Amino acid sequence: MSVLFVAVPIAVLLAASGLVAFVWATRRGQLDDLETPPLRMLLDDDAPPVETVSPPPR
Amino acid sequence: MLHTESFAPTPAALAQPALVPPIECRHCGSPVPGMLLEPGAEQQFCCAGCRSVFQMLHAHELESYYQQPRGDADAPQPALTTGRDYTELNDPAFLDSFSSTNGAERSAELLLEGVHCAACVWLVEKLPGLVPGVTSCRLDYARRVAHVSWAEHSPELPARIAQTLDRLGYPPHPYRSGSRAEIERREDRALLLRVAVAGACAGNSMLFALALYAGAFSDMDPALLGYFRIWSVLVALPAVLWSAQVFYRGAWAALRTRSAHMDLPLSLGIVLAALSGTLNVARGHGDIYFDSLTMLIFVLLSARYLQGAQQRRAEQRAGSAQALTPHTARRIAEGGAVQVVPAESVPEGAQIEVLAGEVIPVDGQVVAGQSAVDRGWLTGESQPEAVSPGSSVLAGTTNLAARLVVRSEQSGSATRAARILREVEHAALHRAPIALLADRVSAYFLVGVLGASLLAFLIWLPAGIATAFETAIALLVVTCPCGLALATPLAVSSALAQAARAGLLIKGGASLEALARPGWIAFDKTGTLTEGQLSLTEWIGDESVQPLVKSLEAQSAHPIARALVQALAGVEALAVVDFEQRQGVGVSGLVAGQRVSVSAPHAVPVPLPEWAHNAVERLSRAAQTPSVVCVAGEVRAVLGLGDPIRPDAVATLLRLRGLGHRLGILSGDRQQVVDALVERLEQAAGSRLFELWRGEQSPEQKLAWVEQTRARGNVFMVGDGVNDAGALAAASVGIAVHGGAEASLQAAHVFAARSGVLPVLELVEGARRALDVIRTNLAFSLVYNLLAVGLTLSGHITPIWAAIIMPASSLSVVAHSYRRRMFRSGS
Repeated sequence: MSVLFVAVPIAVLLAASGLVAFVWATRRGQLDDLETPPLRMLLDDDAPPVETVSPPPR
Repeated sequence: MLHTESFAPTPAALAQPALVPPIECRHCGSPVPGMLLEPGAEQQFCCAGCRSVFQMLHAHELESYYQQPRGDADAPQPALTTGRDYTELNDPAFLDSFSSTNGAERSAELLLEGVHCAACVWLVEKLPGLVPGVTSCRLDYARRVAHVSWAEHSPELPARIAQTLDRLGYPPHPYRSGSRAEIERREDRALLLRVAVAGACAGNSMLFALALYAGAFSDMDPALLGYFRIWSVLVALPAVLWSAQVFYRGAWAALRTRSAHMDLPLSLGIVLAALSGTLNVARGHGDIYFDSLTMLIFVLLSARYLQGAQQRRAEQRAGSAQALTPHTARRIAEGGAVQVVPAESVPEGAQIEVLAGEVIPVDGQVVAGQSAVDRGWLTGESQPEAVSPGSSVLAGTTNLAARLVVRSEQSGSATRAARILREVEHAALHRAPIALLADRVSAYFLVGVLGASLLAFLIWLPAGIATAFETAIALLVVTCPCGLALATPLAVSSALAQAARAGLLIKGGASLEALARPGWIAFDKTGTLTEGQLSLTEWIGDESVQPLVKSLEAQSAHPIARALVQALAGVEALAVVDFEQRQGVGVSGLVAGQRVSVSAPHAVPVPLPEWAHNAVERLSRAAQTPSVVCVAGEVRAVLGLGDPIRPDAVATLLRLRGLGHRLGILSGDRQQVVDALVERLEQAAGSRLFELWRGEQSPEQKLAWVEQTRARGNVFMVGDGVNDAGALAAASVGIAVHGGAEASLQAAHVFAARSGVLPVLELVEGARRALDVIRTNLAFSLVYNLLAVGLTLSGHITPIWAAIIMPASSLSVVAHSYRRRMFRSGS
């Protein structure tokens, strides 16, 4: 079981690095706007622009 | 919405019940009004705004806008394009007031009107491709704020950016509260970090606790046991020492002000549990509670973060209306050239040009021009006032009919509008706080827990001082009011989220609690009980002259003329020659070879026949504006124009009375108008509705009444104008309704994004349901706590019991808060 004396600090360090990453992301403002990015992902930039001139179906 | 447009009927309002199936606008999908239909055209538009946006998109090959997913879009909305040139944004001083630069690149936050669906994100973020020089553009969809950066080299660029956004249907407004937004964002991030740290600590604590619980049943190696206990302390420390500071600060503030607050018993529990746990680890034996403790801190902070996020969102959306007074003024220079300057810096005596439909930027005196001014925002008067050279006009009022030249007397912070705003701030600062249910409960709770601990100590004293002390501490720890402290924030954040989906933005939990209690509801008449727009209410006499009236009125931009044209939308208009409009009198002209006039009764050149005289008398008594139609010197019809009651007003008012509220009207309108309105409403209801109605109320009088009444009980103020803002801020709950001025939205505690009285009823009913949820939550957690007290007193409590009871009580509170429907959405 003595391996735990080494494994536990490593595990805690791993957890701490995750926390540091979160702090970094928060400070950079990545979590300020949680609503637009999921919408932006839906938007399609490659839609062919010219095909859409025809009037909508009535 | 925009008060510069308040006299122009919106395209949606112009849409008459069409004879053919409604044709949808190519751009926004709203029905196209019959009079705008173009026979044979391939694309139909509901308004000029939509047409210009469509053409803009077509020209830039951006038509795939129409194929973008809409997300959970709001209802179709015509483009808001104003056509302004925004040259004031190029003014270096003004530019500096809302943007920042790093030398090569300047960036600013612009609040956009008209953002309503996911495709708007796509379109707005196309800006760098449309305006050369713009380096980036990101839209924050929830806040409706675009973050735009551009290269510094061109001084013309800011106006071009604003023009382009405007032509796309998103009129931009410089977001002036940049520094405040920055502070809020920093606080937001700081709290989120505390939540994150508490969460990490809780997760790791739990791992060690699990090992310790398992070890307790399987003879753990004592060295390993001690090792794990030390790690438990180390891992919990950041949460206890840093994350939980939020609670310590609250508790300290409560102690200093000698008021009850939930943070007090919470902090006591956290500190005691942490101290006794650390002590027990140092001693090498005794119970530790670090897993329950860190979990508690994490869950409570999360609930607070959620509640705060909901409240801030409500505040931001409510605060993002148009500014009260324009940022700019058109100054007429010596040579007669017109120059756009920032409104604050207009010197006394300078001459300002105000076009029809614009908001007047300064307090001053009319030098040239004849027009009508809508003073509703400032005084609450529903009827426009005629102005001519010599009349005084106030900043924030709207010039309705024709170009005016105004000599500036006061500008910026010296205007009447600015003085009212200062009063609002004062009222908001000096408003007595509302005692929250959870905090009142917490006072009893604290006494109860301390009493129970003492009892535990006394009961276990025969078993030795040490055991008695351990039990008392254990009781304090396990009764730590997790569920109790969660009960309110969770229910409130869930209620606020549901309300926001229903178009009701509530800025805080305190308002929710106040709304649930009966009290006075004082309405400002304009726009809440009535439609807030002149319209034709009665046509007495010959209806065959309608085409003549319409032809004549179509020539004028006066509010009465617009109301008549709208009412006679289905009638054919004829050509008019020799048209004449006289301010305060009426219009006349030659239509189909006959002299036709539509005018006020006193200006009719021939004596009124008896029927017409009676009709005029009756209309005046009912606070309607009478107009007399003369054709070829003969009186043919009398028209009544008034502000019709909203269709849902009567039923809603009756229901509010049924819920135990007392109703009143405080209006800036003439007493006669208010009397007539009350009479009409009560006639329709068939019973008494109001206990108080006063007209001609100044902002100060409204504020005084609210403050006086509030000293005796609960007062809700419902209003929309700047003249209500002070009263809104001072009321227990100030409710600003749709279309309100920015000042009233900021002063109010609740903003209803829909107009009318119905939102008020929904608020009251929803708040009652929300308070029900809070009460049930409190009851749940009290039951769990009693269970814990029972277990402790009988000596059965162990950390593992605490680890079961605390999450169980929290979970039931969470489930109950998020499952219950409090506000109906999407109605």
